[in-house]
Amino acid sequence: MGEKVLMKGAEAIAEAAIRAGCMAFFGYPITPQNETPEYFSRRMPELGRVFLQAESEVAAINMVYGAACTGTRVITTSSSPGISLMQEGFSYIANSNVGCVVVNAMRGGPGLGDIAPAQADYFQATKGGGHGDYHSIVLAPHTIQETVDLMYDAFDLADKYRIMVVMLVDGLMGQMMEPVEFKEWVDVKKLKTPEWATVGQGDRDHRNIITSLEILPDGLEKMNLALQAKYKKIKENEVRLEEYKMDDAEYALTAFGTVARIAKTVVEMARADGIKLGLIRPITVWPFPEKEINKRADQVKFFFDVEMNEGQMLEDVKLAVNGKKPVHYYGRLGGVVPTAEEIYGEFKKLVGGK
Amino acid sequence: MEKKLVIAGFGGQGVMLAGELLAEAAKDEGKFVTFLPSYGPEMRGGTANCDVIVSDKPIASPVIAHPQAAIIMNLPSLDKFEPLMEKDGLLVLNKTLIPREVKRTDVRVLQIDAQTVARELGNEKATNMILLGAYAEVEKPVKLESLKNALKHFLTGKKEALIPLNEKALEKGAEIAREFLGGK
Repeated sequence: MGEKVLMKGAEAIAEAAIRAGCMAFFGYPITPQNETPEYFSRRMPELGRVFLQAESEVAAINMVYGAACTGTRVITTSSSPGISLMQEGFSYIANSNVGCVVVNAMRGGPGLGDIAPAQADYFQATKGGGHGDYHSIVLAPHTIQETVDLMYDAFDLADKYRIMVVMLVDGLMGQMMEPVEFKEWVDVKKLKTPEWATVGQGDRDHRNIITSLEILPDGLEKMNLALQAKYKKIKENEVRLEEYKMDDAEYALTAFGTVARIAKTVVEMARADGIKLGLIRPITVWPFPEKEINKRADQVKFFFDVEMNEGQMLEDVKLAVNGKKPVHYYGRLGGVVPTAEEIYGEFKKLVGGK
Repeated sequence: MEKKLVIAGFGGQGVMLAGELLAEAAKDEGKFVTFLPSYGPEMRGGTANCDVIVSDKPIASPVIAHPQAAIIMNLPSLDKFEPLMEKDGLLVLNKTLIPREVKRTDVRVLQIDAQTVARELGNEKATNMILLGAYAEVEKPVKLESLKNALKHFLTGKKEALIPLNEKALEKGAEIAREFLGGK
């Protein structure tokens, strides 16, 4: 680890990806994450790597798809409306079993919306977004440091499972600055081109073919079953969460990303008043920490889910709790960031009296 | 120690630079710090404000609902943040552009004709540094020296020549604040 540097989240994301061995960026600018491509545009050529501003998001994601087929560490970054345009490519990438990293710095929607921070693309990121039965691994860091650290894992996971990994952040994390420390550079010379990569036949006795097409339903079903087997393995092995002051908790907040960070302040406010409140923060929102939340349902009186959307992760929390305990919700929409005071006020109404 | 500051004004007044400078200085002192900007899509003329939290401990929420202190650079910002101030909070005002008195009686007010002072120092653009220097002298989130040292991260290349002026502006702000503190 080096010394701490004060960096804007959007720039730290690019620096972390570069250090993690990202060899190519394809994208199209959109606020509130333009500092990310700007940073890539300066650094990638210096390092002899690829920066390409495409003519559209549709073109960009298909360039990512192409690079991913060669087993290269590749990334695109965008924000909500831009991510919507990429959905077809995501689905193709999924059924082609190739890996890439996609950063979504979510902003207020729907439609053109605004440029303020939001979390309303949770469904889109975790439930597919594009067509067909597919998933991406979705990481939801809550600080810039965590985003930077997870970027290395994102590329490792993308390589390991040949899957798209989404870094689900929001405009607030893109725009804020805090001191960060970067891990060592990944030695890109040690990253081997995988066996399956479409990089020319060379000495191989067969041609590698990557496709998401299988015209016969029986064959396509087999492809689907193979995908599902992969997802099962990911669910078993890659769930990550943080449980904050949950050991003695009588109540549990559930939140991800920026809201989870604000929720930690809420936990402190409650603790100062003698109320045993904790926080469950999924770090992977897909795969979702179902078992862990279900277990806490035996312990707490209720769950209180807080999000910057109309209650999207709420559905996963409810599925995990499976009726064992009440699950309440509070959220703000359209780019409004809730304050800790506001969330605590809502929580106290639920606790009653105190 | 946890200091929560809002800096507010219109785009072009150096609101973000003042906030980033404080954040950089806090980082250099090994403190925890968050800098959260909030602004519209315009480059100049729109409203701009930022939240800066400096702390000895890790910072949870980077969002400030009720500032302990605010550097206010124009009238619309005073209208917006005066009602939100914590009790006994500190308002550092750019009196040059704020033609009204503070209505609340439960906050501390430091009024500085900052733009005029900056002009006398040689450049009106240093208004932000006068106000930041004054704030830092009263609330002490970081040392004045750390702020001065951090200037070199922001004023590079041709702008390096502006470092002495900005240092002077920080010192002048601190000096005005000392008079304010002594005069109480």
